[in-house]
Amino acid sequence: MSNASPLLSVERLTKSYGGIHAVRGVSFELRSGEILALIGPNGAGKSTCFDMLNGQNTPDTGRIRLLGEDTTGKKPREVWRLGVGRTFQITATFPTMTVRENVQVALISHGHQLFNLWGSASGFATAEAGRLLDLVGMGSYADRACGELAYGDLKRLELAVALANQPKLLLMDEPTAGMAPRERIDLMRLTARIAREQSIGVLFTEHDMDVVFEHADRVLVLNRGTLIAEGSPQEVRGNPQVQAVYLGEGLVYDERHRKGASA
Amino acid sequence: MAFYVVQFLTGLASAASLFLVASGLSIIFGVTRIVNFAHGAFYMLGAYIAFTLTEQFSGALGFWGGIVVAAAIVALAGVLVEIVLLRRIYHSPELFQLLATFGLTLMVEDLVVLIWGPDDLLGRRAPGFKGAIDFFGQNIPSYDLFLIVLGPVVLAILWLLFQRTRWGILVRAATQDRDMVAALGVNQKWLFTSVFAVGVFLAALGGALQIPRDAVHHAMDLRVIVEVFVVVVIGGLGSIVGAFVAAVLVSELNAFGILIFPKISIILVFLVMAVVLIIRPWGLFGKAEAPARRTPGLTVNPWRPLTSGERLAALAALAVAAALPLVGGNYALTVGAEIAIFVIFAASLHFLMSVGGLASFGHAAYFGLGAYGVAFLAKMAGLPMILCLLLGPLLGCVGAAVFGFFAVQLSGVYFAMLTLAFAQIVWSIAFQWVAVTGGDNGILGLWPESWAASPSHFYWLSLGIAAASVIALRIAIFSPFGYALRATRDSLLRSEAVGIDAKRIQWTAFVIAGTVAGVAGALFAYLKGSVFPDNLGISLSVDALVMVLLGGVETVSGPVIGAIVYKALNIWLVSQTDLSKLVLGAFIVVIVVVFPKGIVGMLEAFTQRRRPSSAKSSLVTSPIESAE
Repeated sequence: MSNASPLLSVERLTKSYGGIHAVRGVSFELRSGEILALIGPNGAGKSTCFDMLNGQNTPDTGRIRLLGEDTTGKKPREVWRLGVGRTFQITATFPTMTVRENVQVALISHGHQLFNLWGSASGFATAEAGRLLDLVGMGSYADRACGELAYGDLKRLELAVALANQPKLLLMDEPTAGMAPRERIDLMRLTARIAREQSIGVLFTEHDMDVVFEHADRVLVLNRGTLIAEGSPQEVRGNPQVQAVYLGEGLVYDERHRKGASA
Repeated sequence: MAFYVVQFLTGLASAASLFLVASGLSIIFGVTRIVNFAHGAFYMLGAYIAFTLTEQFSGALGFWGGIVVAAAIVALAGVLVEIVLLRRIYHSPELFQLLATFGLTLMVEDLVVLIWGPDDLLGRRAPGFKGAIDFFGQNIPSYDLFLIVLGPVVLAILWLLFQRTRWGILVRAATQDRDMVAALGVNQKWLFTSVFAVGVFLAALGGALQIPRDAVHHAMDLRVIVEVFVVVVIGGLGSIVGAFVAAVLVSELNAFGILIFPKISIILVFLVMAVVLIIRPWGLFGKAEAPARRTPGLTVNPWRPLTSGERLAALAALAVAAALPLVGGNYALTVGAEIAIFVIFAASLHFLMSVGGLASFGHAAYFGLGAYGVAFLAKMAGLPMILCLLLGPLLGCVGAAVFGFFAVQLSGVYFAMLTLAFAQIVWSIAFQWVAVTGGDNGILGLWPESWAASPSHFYWLSLGIAAASVIALRIAIFSPFGYALRATRDSLLRSEAVGIDAKRIQWTAFVIAGTVAGVAGALFAYLKGSVFPDNLGISLSVDALVMVLLGGVETVSGPVIGAIVYKALNIWLVSQTDLSKLVLGAFIVVIVVVFPKGIVGMLEAFTQRRRPSSAKSSLVTSPIESAE
């Protein structure tokens, strides 16, 4: 693991839809093994940013480098081949296939066997598929139909699928959205552990501040398409600008109110 | 010069009718999301009823009144269809909706012959537009001028209807988000019914207005529906302006294409459609739809290879089938060979449609190309039968490679319409290019060589190739490629996010399916001893769809069972009744509405219900702590 060059570097990313500037000049870097949270109120441009990193969307201007390679405007599957795993805000899995088959598809793709018409897919990399499922605690579900899973389990399955190509970077769009509080903590602890062990860089967006402040090494705050703050969870938490736009006016009002009361 | 102007005006006049039908289809699709295959049938009914009414009532009022009343009558019939049939299938997968409306089309085709007879009918000239206008020595029928004016007038009326009335605003809102409109308290049932009535009215009016120009006949529905599909694919499904522009474009291409390629003018339309699809896959005026999350379908039942016991059972069934020559006569063996051939055909479509989620409505094109491939090789090159059987299907392979490349750029109903249009284009070429294909007379005298000539030998040959094809396709289904193909069907978003080039996977599947269909067609050519354009016709494509559907679209073994049951039933039916289309159409409608899971799907559901389900329920509640 070298800290010399960043895993991901984003330079002055810009995207607008018609007259609306969804993302304006966003720049940041991400190192291997680092967990970086991208937060901001609804409509701040988080998902647009994410989709551009993943290749689902093309920036108007700016540059994205992954391990020194320019990936700006590359297709999602090309970005994946470079070692980027992705989970979605609303899970995307293969509902008519079993849990193990879901992982096997990713492994088949990773092993360049997509056009193999003859071999048996059910026997393909079963050990590796089992290992990945065990890693996320889904080993005992391997033969279940994916379409029958509870939502929290789908999120864990997505994580196993995202890890199948031994990624260097994980992009997780609201990884804990729609989960029960206990599940959120478990999933993020698991993600953090895997990221540290395998020195994978993680970029995630999140609305749950408990999750963000507990797990993120660093936090980026986006508002109206612009980065307004960047730093450790403590720094960001204490930033008045962040409090105003993100944590809400209510807090500000509360403090004034209290000051007024004590005066 | 004047000649070209006249040709241009003729094209514009043809566009009017095409626009009416296409706009009706677009409006219905926009709101109900149903691609109404029966639209051509409503067009045809409009023409027939208008013919009867205008013959019955004389004078200008009799004519114009007859045309409008005919369209209104057909619209009422449409309302009936919507209430009785469509309301039951709004939530079914789109494939089922297409098939149900196709079933209606088949029924109408037989009904029309039953009521009006099989002969072409020549309608009255329009009062007030009987003559022609002289244009620098060229004649322009004044009725054409009337139609040229009518097209834009209807466009304007529709525009006002949608922009200026409360109903139009509701329809536009429902086009964007029908659930939201329903949540706002609008009676959706009434809205859907009224939209369907307007769409059908436009189709019937388009048909009725054709009677002074063209003969009324019982095949006009399929001809117009293919043109309309081409129009809406070019113009963009859901856009009325798109329908108008594309109708003009297609009609002009037809009008001038006849001058350039008199035999195969439809090629020109195809080329334009291909170019449009490459540049704008959603049509000139259509909007790019967000990548839809596919509904998993009716069941989530993971596929698995046969167990060793089931393999033995399949082998035993094959052995029993191979023993047929011991007991059956020549007729039984010929029927048996035909069923075996259709098992191959159905299995090839199943690979594309069930495994790949790409429901082709023109799969017969590749079946027929295989058959023509054999005919060319045997009759022109004089190759021995074994070589013809090996090389003939390659024509199906090439056809699938060319058309498949464009078709997989689209999905869902667009894919279905495009494959149908391609099949119809191949059919037109076979029909019109008489010098090479023999046209309607086909290519005759293709008999198997002596080693395969006896009915029992040919039966064994067909059975053997069928068994080999089905096994090969099953191996492919459970191969890494098969997994990747199912992955693209289940979730395009996830497939692309794990490095799968979905279009290339789907294209490969299309080529495989087309080649295997070509194998079936090659055998079929030898079975019948001849090749005809009907071997790549729409009804054959639909036969294949019904076989897969009857067996169970979400099962692995469905097509084999479906093909055997359907083909046996079909052969028996044709021997029993003249109204086989009517019965078949009703049969399709019943399957879609009552048995959407098919035979094998029902059997699977039955055996699953009997199996104890304790293993499942305990897992659902298993604690989440295992993640740590």
